[in-house]
Amino acid sequence: MDFKLDKSHLLMQQLFRNFAENEIKPLAKDMDEAEEYDLELLDRMNKLGFFGIPYSREYGGVGSDALAYVICMEELSKIDASTGITNSVHTSLCCSCINSFGTEEQKQTFLRPLIDGSKMGCYGLTEPGAGSDVQGAQTTAVKDGEDWIINGSKIFTTNSGFADTCVVFALTDRKVPAAKGMTAFIVDLKNTPGVTVSDNIERMGIRAASNCIVTYEDVRITPDRVLGQVGKGFKIAMAALDRGRIGIAAQAVGIAQGALDEAIKYAKERKQFGKPITAFQNSQFRIAEMQTKINAARLLTYQAAVAEDNEEPFAPLAAQAKLFASDVAVEVTRFAVQLMGGYGFCREYPVERMYRDAKITEIYEGTSEVMKMVIAGSMKLK
Amino acid sequence: MKILVCIKQVPDTAEVKLDPKTGRLIREGVPSIINHDDKAGIEAALKLRDEVGGTVTVVTMGPPQADVALREALAMGCDDAYLLSAREFGGSDTYATATIIATALKKIGFDVVITGRQAIDGDTAQVGPQIAEQLGVPQVSYCEELKVDGDYMIVRRQFEDQSHLLKVKTPCLITCLAELNEPRYMSVYGIVDAYKKDVTVWGFNDLKDNLNPDWIGLQGSPTNVFLSFGKKQKDAGTVLENLSEDEAVQAIMDKLIERHLI
Repeated sequence: MDFKLDKSHLLMQQLFRNFAENEIKPLAKDMDEAEEYDLELLDRMNKLGFFGIPYSREYGGVGSDALAYVICMEELSKIDASTGITNSVHTSLCCSCINSFGTEEQKQTFLRPLIDGSKMGCYGLTEPGAGSDVQGAQTTAVKDGEDWIINGSKIFTTNSGFADTCVVFALTDRKVPAAKGMTAFIVDLKNTPGVTVSDNIERMGIRAASNCIVTYEDVRITPDRVLGQVGKGFKIAMAALDRGRIGIAAQAVGIAQGALDEAIKYAKERKQFGKPITAFQNSQFRIAEMQTKINAARLLTYQAAVAEDNEEPFAPLAAQAKLFASDVAVEVTRFAVQLMGGYGFCREYPVERMYRDAKITEIYEGTSEVMKMVIAGSMKLK
Repeated sequence: MKILVCIKQVPDTAEVKLDPKTGRLIREGVPSIINHDDKAGIEAALKLRDEVGGTVTVVTMGPPQADVALREALAMGCDDAYLLSAREFGGSDTYATATIIATALKKIGFDVVITGRQAIDGDTAQVGPQIAEQLGVPQVSYCEELKVDGDYMIVRRQFEDQSHLLKVKTPCLITCLAELNEPRYMSVYGIVDAYKKDVTVWGFNDLKDNLNPDWIGLQGSPTNVFLSFGKKQKDAGTVLENLSEDEAVQAIMDKLIERHLI
């Protein structure tokens, strides 16, 4: 067992770190306050290949692996969690569905522009009445000749404000439970009549990310845009979320490390009672605990990514990584604000943003409670 | 156009310290980077290739760890890479270093050689010009703008308070300043490809037909470092603010008189 990153992963880490420090950091605060992502920045990352890392060159991707993607997520999220989720939803939710379940023609037509840096993707599963419990899903697709007509509404569709392509899940058979009657469709969000994207939903954190309600009203979809088999959509949705959770775990690791680094930098300078805050044993012990937890979360996350790369069962590992890392992110960011005192609470410093951003990692792509269900389910306890 | 770029892997000076006893750089634990001027050289070469076509070959002399600097250059878009690495090369001063590099460059072949002005660890600015001398080609140093015009390069050279515009026929050597451009990032595609390529490693035996062992290494070096030491930093000085013109003149005069300078 070797816990070292190989040379190419180290060089990628250097690239992601330098780019995030030099290009994202100066924009992160303004994007958060404007609640809008800088599309020029997005375009630059796309051109460098940040958004097609684990996908084959055959379709225009980078041709690297899940571990490299995880390193990217971690480094971007250290500086700005909104950038992290923008990449995550595109890469592990939207692209992975088409990569794993698309036909050759669908991969050439829809996956290629998504991973060669020219288009952005999103993923529409959650509905106002159906979050963790997919049984509440109301969006339907009804056959009309060869075509399908989608009606319904999806909430919290990340990236939908600017995305080109969305993988949307709709019920095609209402007589059976949702998990058996759901089908995945590839929808061109920008050029399909009947699709409406709302304004950005006002949120507590990851405010720079685009996150909207997408409404589908008599949206006609041709049969070449049905992804996978009719009725097998739930399986596709869950497979994407298993992958996505590794990315969210990496995002949480990044948020935590970013906040701790910022707080340590400040606490070394800040003097109270005649010495720097880091000179107090209380600070040192807490910092030591936080760094230990971050490292543990990182190892779990890398383990899940390597399992995915080795084509081993990774879903329970992904759930463990997300459960633990998201918990660590919330704890560490809370501590980082505390270590910085009043200044940590000020918007001049990034830790208050990181504290707000951390919370969502315990909620999206499966809440911590759902993670426990997944982990327990894999342990044959019943 | 066949463009060669010479780069050096250097310790990141933001992190580097001198050993107070030996006066040498403490390199352990200090991250290594591509020298800033050299990175501008890579960018200049890539731009040149984009404009007129051809290839960009990157060359460095150093220990095996310098491989990562070459991979970074490949990931930025260079076509191929050479690492000159041998025990015999160790201890070379600028003259011996230039001798080794010039021998390798002759063997590779080129239309234009681009180097950085100087490395941030040694600060001599000698190796580039010495390579040009040993190659017997014209050189323009301190390049702050670079254009190509057929078989000629048009170079704006920084020169204290002025600039010189020079036209130089290829083959030639140009040393450039970090200010010349904003080097591009590596791409993730580039990093994957960089590790699929082979870096050619040349040792002494690969160059020995044209390389006299007496000209290289410690014994081939006409100069050696006798002592290096940290300079005492000047303090920040005194800032006087919110003075009227007359008060400012008076304040300066008082200070000059106080110091017996006038």
